[in-house]
Amino acid sequence: MLMFLTRKAEFSASHFCRLPSLSDAENVDLFGEEANPNGHGHNYIVEITVQGEPDPLTGMVVDLKEMKEILEREIVVPMDHRFLNFEVPPFQELVPTTANVAREIWRRLQPFFSTPDTTLSRVRLYETADLYVEVSGIDTSGEDAA
Amino acid sequence: MTTLTRLYRFPASHRLHSSALSEAENSRVYGKCNNPFGHGHDYILQLLVAGPVEPETGLIVPIPALDSFVERYVLRRLAFRNLNLDVPQFANVVPTTENLVLVIADLIERHWPASFTERGASPCGLKIDETDRNRFEVLLPVTARRLASNRLNERVPVHV
Repeated sequence: MLMFLTRKAEFSASHFCRLPSLSDAENVDLFGEEANPNGHGHNYIVEITVQGEPDPLTGMVVDLKEMKEILEREIVVPMDHRFLNFEVPPFQELVPTTANVAREIWRRLQPFFSTPDTTLSRVRLYETADLYVEVSGIDTSGEDAA
Repeated sequence: MTTLTRLYRFPASHRLHSSALSEAENSRVYGKCNNPFGHGHDYILQLLVAGPVEPETGLIVPIPALDSFVERYVLRRLAFRNLNLDVPQFANVVPTTENLVLVIADLIERHWPASFTERGASPCGLKIDETDRNRFEVLLPVTARRLASNRLNERVPVHV
């Protein structure tokens, strides 16, 4: 029976959302208070969902210890207490909107859960309690999969 | 596929009472929600928007534009209102949260195209928490016909 397993991780980071090609007023129109050039921070919460059949022997969809280590190594260590725009690729070039950070998390994790037994099913990133973005598939060209 | 979910809160009051049912039946069907004076909730509305992430901006839809849209077409009409008395859509419709979801879906779908003409983003779902134990969800688009099928013919009495 196909099952979905979700594990949560948290990281605190600062960012701002601005396009150099736009004026201050245009940036505020587009990004609101996120456009403040000095940056601000969030306590991001990310929920990672992996799908698969439970192993008949262990009863596990995925080894939770291993999953925890992957999330820690690939997401939390590189992003926690960092300024995303300056310290975390590709956000020197790409605006770290909630959608882009969620997609970057998908890109980083997807290879680790694409196994014969498991698939990365969903990444849900809460920027605040009132806003989250959910990704359920990106192909390698960066375009959304159908 | 990428979707964005934004959460909004609004307080409102209502009374659940159907003029098609007797007093006893209303009391049995709606329980405490049939209290003649009505009662209130802090509703939590979640709006889901699906669409391509624009390569330049990294956005499905700008949050400031989404917030103004919801404020103008939804919250301003519902927040701090008595749904039965102050909201025309409920003049002949029992303001259950099922119907509230459909009324809000209709407002969003009706005004969305003119407000977000240049974007590929579209509303794809709506959730309302009436309390932290009751959540109602619909996938968008829903058609106006579904709300019409819930219509009753008489104004619901509410004592104020």
